[in-house]
Amino acid sequence: LTGSHHPSNQVEQCKSPPSTVGKQGNMSSEPGNCQNHQDHDPDHGDAGPAKQTMPMPVPNLEVQYTKIFIDNEWHESCSGRKMPVHNPATGDLLCEVEEADTEDVDKAVQSARAAFQLGSPWRCMDASDRGLLLNRLADLVERDRLRLATLEALDSGKIFLMAYFVDLMATVKTLRYYGGWADKIQGKTIPVDGEYFTYTRHEPIGVCGQIIPWNFPVMMFAWKIAPALCCGNTVIIKPAEQTPLTALHMACLIKEAGFPPGVVNVLPGYGPTAGSAIAHHMDIDKIAFTGSTAVGKLIQKAAGDSNLKRVTLELGGKNPNIVFADCDLEYAVEQAHSGLFFNQGQCCLAGSRVFVEDSIYEEFVCRSAEKARNKVLGNPLVPGVDQGPQIDQKQFDKILELIESGKKEGATLECGGGPWNRNSLFIQPTVFSNVTDDMRIAREEIFGPVQQIMRFRSVNEVIQRANATHYGLAAGVFTNDIDKALTVSSALQAGMVWVNCYNAMSTQCPFGGFKMSGNGRELGEYALQEYTEVKAVTIKISQKNS
Amino acid sequence: MLRVVLSRTFPRISGISNCQYSAAAIPVPSAQPEVHYNKLFINNEWQDAVSKRSFPTINPATGEVICQVAEADKADVDKAVKAAREAFRFGSPWRRMDASDRGLLLSRLADAIERDTAYLAELETLDNGKPYAVSYSVDVPMVVKCLRYCAGWADKWEGKTIPIDGDFFCYTRHEPIGVCGQIIPWNFPLLMQAWKLGPALATGNTVVMKVAEQTPLTALYVASLIKEVGFPPGVVNILPGMGPSAGSAIASHMDVDKVAFTGSTEVGHLIQQASGSSNLKKVTLELGGKSPNIIMSDANMAEAVEQSHFALFFNQGQCCCAGSRTYVQDTIYDEFMERSVERAKSRVVGDPFNMKTEQGPQVDEEQFKKILGYISSGKREGAKLMCGGGVAADRGYFIQPTIFGDVQDGMTIAREEIFGPVMQILKFKTLEEVVERANDTKYGLAAAVFTKDIDKAHYISSGIRAGTVWINCYNVFGAQAPFGGYKYSGNGRELGEYGLDNYTEVKTVTIKVPQKNS
Repeated sequence: LTGSHHPSNQVEQCKSPPSTVGKQGNMSSEPGNCQNHQDHDPDHGDAGPAKQTMPMPVPNLEVQYTKIFIDNEWHESCSGRKMPVHNPATGDLLCEVEEADTEDVDKAVQSARAAFQLGSPWRCMDASDRGLLLNRLADLVERDRLRLATLEALDSGKIFLMAYFVDLMATVKTLRYYGGWADKIQGKTIPVDGEYFTYTRHEPIGVCGQIIPWNFPVMMFAWKIAPALCCGNTVIIKPAEQTPLTALHMACLIKEAGFPPGVVNVLPGYGPTAGSAIAHHMDIDKIAFTGSTAVGKLIQKAAGDSNLKRVTLELGGKNPNIVFADCDLEYAVEQAHSGLFFNQGQCCLAGSRVFVEDSIYEEFVCRSAEKARNKVLGNPLVPGVDQGPQIDQKQFDKILELIESGKKEGATLECGGGPWNRNSLFIQPTVFSNVTDDMRIAREEIFGPVQQIMRFRSVNEVIQRANATHYGLAAGVFTNDIDKALTVSSALQAGMVWVNCYNAMSTQCPFGGFKMSGNGRELGEYALQEYTEVKAVTIKISQKNS
Repeated sequence: MLRVVLSRTFPRISGISNCQYSAAAIPVPSAQPEVHYNKLFINNEWQDAVSKRSFPTINPATGEVICQVAEADKADVDKAVKAAREAFRFGSPWRRMDASDRGLLLSRLADAIERDTAYLAELETLDNGKPYAVSYSVDVPMVVKCLRYCAGWADKWEGKTIPIDGDFFCYTRHEPIGVCGQIIPWNFPLLMQAWKLGPALATGNTVVMKVAEQTPLTALYVASLIKEVGFPPGVVNILPGMGPSAGSAIASHMDVDKVAFTGSTEVGHLIQQASGSSNLKKVTLELGGKSPNIIMSDANMAEAVEQSHFALFFNQGQCCCAGSRTYVQDTIYDEFMERSVERAKSRVVGDPFNMKTEQGPQVDEEQFKKILGYISSGKREGAKLMCGGGVAADRGYFIQPTIFGDVQDGMTIAREEIFGPVMQILKFKTLEEVVERANDTKYGLAAAVFTKDIDKAHYISSGIRAGTVWINCYNVFGAQAPFGGYKYSGNGRELGEYGLDNYTEVKTVTIKVPQKNS
């Protein structure tokens, strides 16, 4: 069951004419600047578990789906434009994908609106059958797990095994979880005053626009569509322009699972065009966005400027991870390390402000730098590699610029600090110590493999400093003292607090931000509220009795 | 006949093909399905009874023995409880399993049952006598839906954090109760098994189940599927046996934490007593009924006649929720009676493996004789026999669809549960009168009202003392909706979210904190 490591049977199901062939693998293994970062040699796989039990990427994977998915059909863009999709590990062009713009969004909204009409198959369907469709979709994702994980690694540069074991597992579990909710979204009957009978219906909101980021493309896709569909909405989803490929494969599976036409529409495109068209659309009832805080503000404004569509936002973070001296040090170092470096540091959850208690500070910094230095960079498809490339040149440049600011503002560079492997998008795992709260690297979201370690002395001080940010997404606390754990977890202004763990997420558990980290919650039962309108029906009756 | 149930059972959209059945698509059954399992299922293994005894299970359509089945008694119950207790041990694989994986196991069980729909339906019909078309398109699909529904709850059964006064942090954990004894009846063998297993397993309990001695075969086949899909040993144990021996051993066991029983009110009393004289195990009961079905003069006549027929005659009348007191408003009484008699006379009684058959045999000779006795009492006490009233075949336990008119509230057939194809039609004048008469029974399981008037519908549905009220429909079951009785009809609710409560202990954990903040 959980974490079963057997490779799923790869069945080629949805055949369509293959487009551009994506070349994979053959990354040149030019020695990096950082001598500790050895290229992985699969024959010396000391880090990698036994090869036979490990899933392997699909070799020479062909990209099958490159068009816009509307009304369960593949469409070319109205403008005739396409956009290039690159493999960030090699810079190679993987394929070109149809680029959606305003006109395509209009088409998709029409289709989603028709699918949502009163009396439509989707509206008349038993809730349990909506759940069954989501379960079927989960089964199909499980069947195509290797292909999707390979596609994800190629398109986003994330480690293949992470894509397989983390992203795809979470995708399947999310779909199953919400499959189960579909017929459990219960209204209430309410004992109102007077001779009335009152009940509530939890109705779907309608056409939902969803805009997702490039850091967990397929998982974010599932997080968005699963609760929306389980509540009975229809969806127009725009994947990130950097990573549209797994979303398009999912579109094919959605059709195969048997969702009626128009229920899910997938539109690859850019934010300022397609994304903006969704956010401003007068016939979209709700928008959900995951991405930067800067764009989150635009989305909220667009909703205000247009039809007051409901808005949920999952935005940035600058998450404190607080390590007390009484914790298990080695474990805390390891958790803080993976809490930051996971997914090339490209997590809104990244624990990017590590507050370490004075008495263990030096030891913690030393061990953290050691860990960072031992990270293996390279081809994300190869087992044993821990860190792939950043997603694109823009992110790469931004991260390096912030690293430079850290050096300039006086933080101590413990390791890393520059690019790795010339002419690529890799960045050395970087650790800064002696970081002070006013430095840019302590205030701005870096979204890269750059760890900031700060020193603190008292509980009250660290609570105050941890909260001194306009973000409020996640936080970690490491301590064996139950009082400290409960005090700090109550005091932190963050949507998730992890005690003696980090990034411990599950589909049952709500996820979202305080303050400028967002609005609303995803996952768990809480997410259902974001996709339902409550209707109170009151009926006059002749005589009320308890 | 099956319209209501079918329309709930068959998804209306073509997108969902695998779970779709239509009458035309029902495969031709084998009337002699092979029996694969006839032993006790303990700890995921097949075992003979400690006593080595066995009992025959009978095909009620012919009266012939299908096979011998191992007969569990007290010693076997002890073995099963030990296995269930071990599976429930703190730190066991079952206790440590992610809730979502418990759900996945239940989903897989549903998939396996769906895969074997045709075989299970054949076996059910052979052992119980219900028409194959019904087994195939009602019982088995409802089993699949019930298990899928409960599967979804496994990781959604949430405790709370509670803002108590003082410097404390307080939360609840919803923990499984432990080893649950479950005793199920013969009228819906597969479905009752699913109703019992679904919530118990979704919430993490272990189970010792005794199946009815009349109908042990499908439950044992499902046991093999439970093992196949990967439930750990000891989580589910299935014991065919008799009530006074195996059933009593479960109800009186000192190491069974909870007992759930579906069956007669008479035995329900015994179960509750046994709990009181042993370890105060939690008790839930789904018992008998004498459910009123009220037809107002403004109802759609054709629909009301058909639904009332279905409400009583479905499953050979062997339903605890059967609409066995049909109250008809005086102005439409004669027409309703005439049409109901016509409908009953056209009811097809016969070989349950024949696709045209609407009504098979009663489950066994004891029930058969008991029902004939009630029919005699109806005649004796002055009710007017409108049709039927006798045996319908020269072998097997078939009874003619029977209707009594001019039934008075004091007659035995208006007070006692007949559990057979015998319909009582009573006349009433006013709303207030009918509510009072409908409630004048020790039972309170189900009720229905047929009317177009929204006020009457609300008045009656509020006024009736029953766990389920159907308005302009009857026998509408969904795994999502709770089911259970007021008064002597039972204790607790099955299905829906409510069903989970009966398999949960709530633990309140309170932690002292240095300082509380909102």
